Amino acid sequence: MAEIVLEARDLSKEFKGFTAVKGVNLQVRRGTIHALIGPNGAGKSTVFNLITRFLPPTRGRILYKGRDITRARPADVARMGLVRSFQISAVFPHLSVLENVRVALQRPLGTSFHFWKPEASLHGLHERARDLIDAVNLAAWADRAAVELPYGRKRALEIATTLALDPEVMLLDEPLAGMGHEDIGHTAALIRRVAAGRTVLMVEHNLSVVADLSDTITVLRRGEVLAEGPYDTVSRDPEVREAYMGAGHG
Amino acid sequence: MSTQSTVHGRSGLGTPTPAVIPGAVLWAAALLLAVLAPFALYPVFLMKVLCFALFACAFNLLIGFAGLMSFGHAAFFGGAAYVTAHAAKVWALPPEFAILAGVGTATLLGLVFGALAIRRQGIYFAMITLALSQMVFFLALQLPFTGGEDGIQGVPRGRLFGLVDLTDPLAMYYAVLALFLSGFLVIRRAVHSPFGQVLKAIRENEPRAVSLGYRTERYKLLAFVLSASLAGLAGSVKALVFQLATLTDVTWQMSGEVVLMTLLGGMGTLLGPVVGAALVVALESYLAETSLPVPVVIGAIFVFCVLLFRKGIVGEIAGILKRRA
Repeated sequence: MAEIVLEARDLSKEFKGFTAVKGVNLQVRRGTIHALIGPNGAGKSTVFNLITRFLPPTRGRILYKGRDITRARPADVARMGLVRSFQISAVFPHLSVLENVRVALQRPLGTSFHFWKPEASLHGLHERARDLIDAVNLAAWADRAAVELPYGRKRALEIATTLALDPEVMLLDEPLAGMGHEDIGHTAALIRRVAAGRTVLMVEHNLSVVADLSDTITVLRRGEVLAEGPYDTVSRDPEVREAYMGAGHG
Repeated sequence: MSTQSTVHGRSGLGTPTPAVIPGAVLWAAALLLAVLAPFALYPVFLMKVLCFALFACAFNLLIGFAGLMSFGHAAFFGGAAYVTAHAAKVWALPPEFAILAGVGTATLLGLVFGALAIRRQGIYFAMITLALSQMVFFLALQLPFTGGEDGIQGVPRGRLFGLVDLTDPLAMYYAVLALFLSGFLVIRRAVHSPFGQVLKAIRENEPRAVSLGYRTERYKLLAFVLSASLAGLAGSVKALVFQLATLTDVTWQMSGEVVLMTLLGGMGTLLGPVVGAALVVALESYLAETSLPVPVVIGAIFVFCVLLFRKGIVGEIAGILKRRA
């Protein structure tokens, strides 16, 4: 079995008398695409926010490459190579596509506090930024403001921006949500392509969508792990079938 | 850079060539106009416009480019005015050092206010800055050196660098113009710097900026301190121009006025605050000669403008030019 790169142990989150996540154990193996699925309100996004430190857990630990990151700051988690996306497409709407990607690239230059330097000092990053934009098929949009992109393209831009950090682990929060059929195909292909050499943990609503994309699927229900394994095992599980009754699984 | 450098993703990455030449010509024309203005208009009026324009530009750096709405900027403006007035009058410092003392005070205040306020967002941020600036107001009212209700009057302008006699209105005007331009250029550069890029990213989507590894509170703090320093510069210069520092400079109404100027002109545009400040100062001095109630008229104009031009005067003009291009 491959090395565990990301692990949650007995992770719980309570909001004023309501337990959103109950003792979740999760092990993400290096180099795999791991999907976290479940019906609405199953606690997927909460687990996601806990792992990326955007929410503090009530109980439990989070380990990244064997290091305890339960109390690390979210910006520092990102610097360690654990980079997340958001459910609502997270772009910087009034920056151009190129600038969106460049913002992600510029931090390692160490000049991000330099308010006296001209913008031209960032132009050295344009080549790398354009490569990333090409990689997600956005070359024609590079100089447009991100707000002008259609929805599917915004998700592509978000992935390009995340890739700019060259993360070891990418966490994608419902990357396929709200997309038309065609966009789903494109984006799924894109995720598979960028997952090469990385680890991906993604949250999804539908079981069928992640069927041929993921190596491992963890199903959550009411904040607890219901089942785990490859698609074939999970989809045959009677409890999973019941949880998904009428939720359009394949 | 073209005149319509708004926040909306125009930082020379788009199609720069056609706009650059007319832009440079426009800037040169504006500069020439500013140099010749005191021969046509009353210099004290122009200096007042420049002081408030710089104040509004400093405020705009925070609200327009970092997305932080401060309701306590009078503390930096007025605090610096008091310190400069005291330094020039009591300590008999030359004007350059008196200004430096004022700006230094505003910077320190900005550091303290900022460190406390950036922990909160939106209305809470505004309320913390308001509460802190009210504390400065009461200090200005109670401290022995501020002269209470009278303020500090008869502040000597002195000789700039021991050479230029600032009692001459024209010399004072050009000194104020030079200081305004330096402040304006600092802001323009900051907006178009690597720091400005991160700041805009934070304004647009803070959680995403965090997820890219930026410790956003530090960037917001730096923006806050820069804004406070420049607001202090405006207050210091104002104290020398009017030879006066009074409670008016530190009231919450002053914090409100700068919000009004910035929104009227167009927040997030470089020239908007200048236009807004000029408009408000011009209206106030024009209306003062009539029997109309000044705050009511300005309030009505403000409501009218906000309803009609949501992006402010400069913001709307820039939008029209962009659509034509």
